[in-house]
Amino acid sequence: MSRLANFSLSASRLSPLVFRLLAPFRALRAYVDRWLFQLGGPATTSLELVQRRIFILPSRHGMLFVGALALMLTGSINYNLSLGFVLTFLLGGLGVNSILHTFRNLARLRIAAGRVLPVYAGDTARFTLIIDNPGALDRYSIGITRGEPETPVIYADVPAQQSTSVGVPVPAPHRGVLRPGRFTIFTHFPLGLCYAWAYAELDMHCIVYPRPEPGQVPLPQAESHDAAGVTHGAGQEDFAGLRSYHPGDSPRHIAWKAAARGDALLTKQFSGRAASELWLDWAATPDTLGVEARLSRLARWVVDAHAAALSFGMRLPGITLPPAPGDAQREHCLEALALFQGKKS
Amino acid sequence: MSTALDRFHLRHVAWLLGSLALVAAPHAERLPWWIIVLVAMLMLWRGYAALYALRLPRQWLLLLIAAGALGGIYITYGRILGRDSGIALLMVMLALKLMEMATLRDAMVLIFIAYFLVITNFLYSQSIPTAVFMLGAIWIITATMVGFQFRTRQGGYRYQLRTAGVMLLQAAPLMLVLFLLFPRVQGPLWGMPQDAFSGVTGLSEDMSPGSVSNLLSSDAVAFRVNFESSAPPPTQQLYWRGPVMWDFDGYTWSAPRIPYVPARVYEPLDAPVEYTVTVEPHGKRWLFALDLPSKVPPRSIMTNDFQLLFQSQLTNRLRYDMISHLRYRDATDLPDYERQRALRLPGTSNPLTRELARNMRKNTVDDRTYVNNVLGMFRNQNFSYTTTPPLLGSNPVDEFLITTRAGYCEHYASSFTVLMRAAGVPARVVTGYQGGELNTVGNYMIVRQADAHAWVEVWFADQGWTRIDPTAAVSPARVQAGAVAAVPQGESLPLLLRGEFRWLHNARLTWDSFANSWNQVILGYTLERQRDLMQRIGIDDATWQSMATVMFIATGVITLALALLMLRKLRVQRPDPVAAAYARFCLRLARRGVVRHPSEGPAAFSKRAAAASPELAAAIGSISNLYIRLRYGKEPGAGDAADFQRAVARFRTHA
Repeated sequence: MSRLANFSLSASRLSPLVFRLLAPFRALRAYVDRWLFQLGGPATTSLELVQRRIFILPSRHGMLFVGALALMLTGSINYNLSLGFVLTFLLGGLGVNSILHTFRNLARLRIAAGRVLPVYAGDTARFTLIIDNPGALDRYSIGITRGEPETPVIYADVPAQQSTSVGVPVPAPHRGVLRPGRFTIFTHFPLGLCYAWAYAELDMHCIVYPRPEPGQVPLPQAESHDAAGVTHGAGQEDFAGLRSYHPGDSPRHIAWKAAARGDALLTKQFSGRAASELWLDWAATPDTLGVEARLSRLARWVVDAHAAALSFGMRLPGITLPPAPGDAQREHCLEALALFQGKKS
Repeated sequence: MSTALDRFHLRHVAWLLGSLALVAAPHAERLPWWIIVLVAMLMLWRGYAALYALRLPRQWLLLLIAAGALGGIYITYGRILGRDSGIALLMVMLALKLMEMATLRDAMVLIFIAYFLVITNFLYSQSIPTAVFMLGAIWIITATMVGFQFRTRQGGYRYQLRTAGVMLLQAAPLMLVLFLLFPRVQGPLWGMPQDAFSGVTGLSEDMSPGSVSNLLSSDAVAFRVNFESSAPPPTQQLYWRGPVMWDFDGYTWSAPRIPYVPARVYEPLDAPVEYTVTVEPHGKRWLFALDLPSKVPPRSIMTNDFQLLFQSQLTNRLRYDMISHLRYRDATDLPDYERQRALRLPGTSNPLTRELARNMRKNTVDDRTYVNNVLGMFRNQNFSYTTTPPLLGSNPVDEFLITTRAGYCEHYASSFTVLMRAAGVPARVVTGYQGGELNTVGNYMIVRQADAHAWVEVWFADQGWTRIDPTAAVSPARVQAGAVAAVPQGESLPLLLRGEFRWLHNARLTWDSFANSWNQVILGYTLERQRDLMQRIGIDDATWQSMATVMFIATGVITLALALLMLRKLRVQRPDPVAAAYARFCLRLARRGVVRHPSEGPAAFSKRAAAASPELAAAIGSISNLYIRLRYGKEPGAGDAADFQRAVARFRTHA
């Protein structure tokens, strides 16, 4: 099953000249691979567990089973028990059959990258994988884990012609872009005697926001703008629209009529006339703090400003986000903080 | 791998307890009561602990129980590593393992032990009912194993049973190939425990009053006979020769070891009878053949009193071809040591019998007349044939001839021989079986333990050893209609041997014919049969290498066929035309660089695609709307599906 796969591996070990000479063939091969086996590189968002992606070996219980069979065979020979032979060979056939069944439990599943919600540094990101079973066979006890040791294993069942999404937790210790690495999809089902597995490397990432600084940090003073006061901060005077409900919103502002219709909870937004705009500015944070601490403080402000339903803008070295209210602004700002590379210019 | 089993605990424990109880149950009749009680209590404890989520007992307690049980087994059996004691030990260990089961690994070990326990049952019985029962047990055990593999939920019993059943059925062809082709080795690989075949009923090396009549209550099969070409001889000629008894101690006849002497030559007086005997294992060496055998089966010898002895104790069912002559004339020489042995009587036992013999012999002209006179005495005086003879004391022959005058074949054979020897006529007792029942269903003869019989051979100067059956003089029905028919009214017989349940008896014969085929085909599949099979498929000189090659090829072919059959189920279901058209639409857009994300709904995708290619926005929008209506709308129009497909076709030509 892995003979084809080995070709590309061994090719890289050849001398550079041969390696270069073989380049056209390699390209052809890669094309054939993609065409025939629907393989993609790591940049794929979904893949199918075709035959050559799946590996299978006896599990530890399987080894124990083989040992028990050897014992039974010896006993049958010694006591010349015909039915002992029948039993031993029946169980032997069962063992061989379980290879096929375990393989089949994994084969032809489609693994696709699902949504990944941003998290704060120090939290655990959940990478959603969508396991799709287009066949006519229910699949049980499909395990998903990542290559690293001590990572938790998530199990899922995928009924025939349905898909199941599975959230794989990955710790996100630092802000930035978190990639989950290679997933291992495996199963022992139905007898536990074999271990079948496949690797899936998907184009997935999680934006990890800086963790907001703990404690109360007062928002910076709003800057005075024109006397006319064009911008609209969030206030409580004029109805400006609806946004999705966040915990902490005042119950008085929930759109109960909409909720009664069965829609999700919505919060009414009101615009207040503000004479000033709130800018969350990198420059407003003390130099004495490190880069990460300053980002943490900015994150705190973004969260607080959003919670207070204010309209706010953000200035980072090289990046300026104009003031706006609402969820989208909060996400834009936090993402900018997450991806912040340092001072440019 | 050591996944803890706290979830679904009760269900797992219930399945495991059920499986183990099933395979352990047949052992219950053979185990001492205290082991049954101990194992049952431990199993109940385990079930109780699972039910109420109690803690399992501490290890020292389990060790204490284990040590106690070990001691108990040693005291009960006098050994640890015998067959029976080994199974007792396995039972206790199994129950103790159950008490400390905490991980998946423990559970799997228990499941494998359960499989192993199935095989221990075959040590005692390989009959069809046992096989069927154990097949059921294997099914349950396998279903238990399936149940343990669920991770997200509990397995339903129906799914478990179905999966296990299907998998076992699929394993059956492989089993068949391995059974037929796996190179067989002539066992045993090591010495069997001494108690491996204890407790088998059958003839023994000695005969005392009551030892043959005890067998009448056993309807167990001693051996089965196929008469190949000819019809079976009449019942009164069916004397199946077994151990020959020479020595008498006043109470018991015995057949001590005789040094091997080449068999006597006799002169056959009729056509040979050819037949095949399949003898049940009885733990002794002798083989049975009609009087007198003229062929020695492989790995056997014939002694000079025409006993057939196998090379070792019969621990397996054995099948051999035989040729006999029912009418014969023995050689007339009798070596001195044999004559002395055939005349010897112990000390002064049974004095009245000796007296009687001397008197009767004095009044006759020759040995032959004397024999007839004794038979006449049995026939004409009030001797009776009974299965429940009175108990006899220290001079059993005297008491029998003078006082009780009621006995079974061994009484008549014994007293007749003593009468002969006391009068100077060489005589010996022959035990074996007489008669047999023709099974018309399978066209073979069944000889049961109840057909056990004892008769006498007397040596005449002109004719050599001659068979005389004194029982026939008392009860002619015994040799003409069989032991069962000869039992007097009012005496007890096993239910199934009785005549009044004719239909039951016929059903039993049908069943026995199945059992016979089972024995011949499945249980009798040996090294020799395997060679025959290989010859039939064209491999004349089968070595284990050639057999292994054939086996691997056959296994490979079957596995491949199975794989193709199974993987067929994986084929993606044909998508409906609407889904296929939508997929074509998405593919077309993907070529233009707009790839639909798996988690993206059609509406969101439509918006994004329209933004990416404004020139196609109208077409994208209408196709997507149509699709959404078809998929999620309440009442899609009748022609919508066709419209949709046409729209996609148009779109593909434009885009």
